Amino acid sequence: MYAVRLASEIDFEGWRQAARRLRLADIEPPQVVWRVGEEAGLFDGAEPPPPPPDTGFSAPRAFVELAQGVILHRDPARFELLYRLLWRLKAEPELMAVATDADVAAAQLMRKQVRDAEHKMHAFLRFRRVDEPDDPEAVETYVAWFEPAHHIVERGVDFFVHRMANLRFSILTPEVCAHWNGTLSFSPGVDGSQAPPEDALEEDWRVYFASIFNPARVNAELMAQHMPRRYWKNMPEARLIPELVSRAKGRTEAMVQAPPTVPSARVRRKAAPAEVPVAPGDAPADLTQVAAALQACRRCDLWRDATQGVPGEGPGDAPLMFVGEQPGDMEDLKGRPFIGPAGQLFNRALAEAGVPREAAYVTNAVKHFKHEPRGKRRIHAKPNAGEVKACRWWLETERTLVKPKVIVALGATAGLSVFGRSVAVTRERGVMGEVEGGALGFLTVHPSFLLRLPDEASKAAEFERFVRDLGEAYALM
Amino acid sequence: MASIPLRRKLEILSDAAKYDASCASSGGAKRSSKDGRGIGSTDSGMGVCHAFTPDGRCVSLLKILLTNFCVFDCAYCVNRVSSNVARARFSVEEVVQLTLDFYKRNYIEGLFLSSGVIRSADFTQEELNRVAKTLREVHDFRGYIHLKLVAGCSPELAVAAGLYADRLSVNIELPSDDTLKRLAPEKSGEDIKRAMGAVRLGIDDSKDQTHTGRKAAKFSPAGQSTQMIVGADACTDADILTRSESLYGGYGLKRVYYSAFSPIPDASQALPLSRPPLMREHRLYQADWLMRYYGFSRTEIASAAPDGMLDLERDPKLMWALANRDRFPVDVNRAEREMLLRIPGLGARSVDTLIGVRRVKAIRLEDLQRLARSVKRLQPFVITADWRPGAVDERLAEVAPPVVKPVQLSLF
Repeated sequence: MYAVRLASEIDFEGWRQAARRLRLADIEPPQVVWRVGEEAGLFDGAEPPPPPPDTGFSAPRAFVELAQGVILHRDPARFELLYRLLWRLKAEPELMAVATDADVAAAQLMRKQVRDAEHKMHAFLRFRRVDEPDDPEAVETYVAWFEPAHHIVERGVDFFVHRMANLRFSILTPEVCAHWNGTLSFSPGVDGSQAPPEDALEEDWRVYFASIFNPARVNAELMAQHMPRRYWKNMPEARLIPELVSRAKGRTEAMVQAPPTVPSARVRRKAAPAEVPVAPGDAPADLTQVAAALQACRRCDLWRDATQGVPGEGPGDAPLMFVGEQPGDMEDLKGRPFIGPAGQLFNRALAEAGVPREAAYVTNAVKHFKHEPRGKRRIHAKPNAGEVKACRWWLETERTLVKPKVIVALGATAGLSVFGRSVAVTRERGVMGEVEGGALGFLTVHPSFLLRLPDEASKAAEFERFVRDLGEAYALM
Repeated sequence: MASIPLRRKLEILSDAAKYDASCASSGGAKRSSKDGRGIGSTDSGMGVCHAFTPDGRCVSLLKILLTNFCVFDCAYCVNRVSSNVARARFSVEEVVQLTLDFYKRNYIEGLFLSSGVIRSADFTQEELNRVAKTLREVHDFRGYIHLKLVAGCSPELAVAAGLYADRLSVNIELPSDDTLKRLAPEKSGEDIKRAMGAVRLGIDDSKDQTHTGRKAAKFSPAGQSTQMIVGADACTDADILTRSESLYGGYGLKRVYYSAFSPIPDASQALPLSRPPLMREHRLYQADWLMRYYGFSRTEIASAAPDGMLDLERDPKLMWALANRDRFPVDVNRAEREMLLRIPGLGARSVDTLIGVRRVKAIRLEDLQRLARSVKRLQPFVITADWRPGAVDERLAEVAPPVVKPVQLSLF
């Protein structure tokens, strides 16, 4: 038999060196007894033999990480379990991936419990202020008494150092105490009699805890699952729990049984909603009114999943009106037309064609964004004829107000709206003749068509053609 | 008003805040006070729940209203103008001090501040921002701040809020704009969606580099969330999931919280008063999860939910499996991850572990025993090296007993 004496409960380095020697000397796990500090059992084994020179082996990283966690567990059998895993890795190099192996599973469970214990320390530890708040010379100092489930104080204290770096604090536990005053130090454990006296803020905290609880949702089992009872005795709010639970049902019944209250006449008068007209039949008198009235439009269902109606933009007396299909993702969020990728391309083409922005009013055939949700994105969907027809009222209103000399329909959807019939863009492209209201109609592609072209050569050629179209339309004025 | 003691204000204004389901402190930026002069830290990963109330809910943040005075009259809300509850209002300094005091004692991860609407959306938002600004700039507070964005406030105030807060939220309140109009006449679905859009744009912009190549200022680094009340109107689960899908897609939300409509003191006549539909809420969360992490589409979930309502006795994944028996049993040694995720009783983490294990050895029933909560539940749906179900239906009888829904007898 061999015996290994580790310096402390969390002496990972000591364990690592001993395990290394033992495995190099081919000593099987049952042959080893693991002890911590000056525990009894002085005569139960020999020291592990020193390693033969020039020998070595490496353990997978996954194992080392697991072992560093497991070593903090309270279970005395952990040292042996870890050595057994190290031993088995010799014959089963892929063992760490087999999460369903009994030893691997046991070690992973221990690591999980250690992590949980550390997390619970971060969560359930309560500080009490111990300096005299009214003393201007005193440094703000906090002390906590905590009873961790595993040996996690040294590792867990970092969390509080980051949090309270500019204050002083001590965490007292039965095994070890941690202190921070700009530097971190540790001292031996103390007992509960050293816990600081109650803090005046604790009553406020209890008031908050009781008030934030909704009795209609009482579920004490779920609470205990997340907040194990072992932590309750050091948490100031926990003493309220039994009463909150026992009264919950009665409080809920009382709320359900109570007759609805009738508000005072004064409040009812004040709260009466102002009637908002929906999709007024009267045509708006100017473009500002168009933008406002559009938000209440219910002429089709597209408003439901869109953020807002997107009105046209540009001078109210522009001689040239461009009509696109519908707003896209960006336009929908910002409430402005032609600002997405296709809009930027359109602006570039306008500039190249020498069309001044002041001359152009830009708008869409459909004013709300039609789309299909795909996870975290929205995919453009083509508006159908009914939606285009429903929205035509808005385009007509804009046209009547702006009175352009030339209207350019960009793409088939715009064509449908502007010319009142389906158009074949490639065949009919160019001047279309007079449209309703007296303006001259013109048809060309939608800029998004250019974005979708697969190769650079046709992209460049089509862009040039598009620019020519815009120039031609401008020349018509 | 000054005569109300602070403790009483705390009682009133936390009681008024408890119907907001969110209390998360996760997913923000990583911060420490080591290089600062104040207090506070945040982890970029999961948040910390500092306590659990007897409803099993996490207390992570000091969740309070700045005031529960409100000019709106939303029928489902305990703070509506026509309710007779006690009213109070904190000063900015009081909230700041309370946050710091609680934080230093390790009661909380930070602040979740909301408010009734007083005077106007802009005025209210300005007050909320002032609290966050004071915490951040005067006290160098580096803990978590979740601010409510008041729908209809100006874009400048939304931007300011995003610079101080880790998370912003605008509540969508109800699954349909029509019921919103009926139950919350002063609220506007458009305003709410526009505010969500503004937050998404702010977050998107903050991820772009500036012209100089410098990183843009952080904007609501833990994203945005919203809350929908379940059971206050006649909307079906399918309606609710459709709305969620649209919100996740449009505004990049981190979470949609579903909040079972809960009886409130001093209730309005406009709403049913009954116990909150907690199981319905739970099923909606499950369906939401299936859509976001398990590769299910909304239509797939809806197809297994006749009448648009999710089954209350059996979870939506099981319901989908029962409606698609031809896809089972699944050979866990061969199937793709996407199909493994569809096995009822096997979670995403177990699936990933299983994939790791099967690279080394063939999966047997005993392996599943260690991975799943109940291997019996899995058995009708899986093939392992040592198991193949007979006729699928014979074991299904145990897993999924046909449900006879108890019907409440009518008194009339």
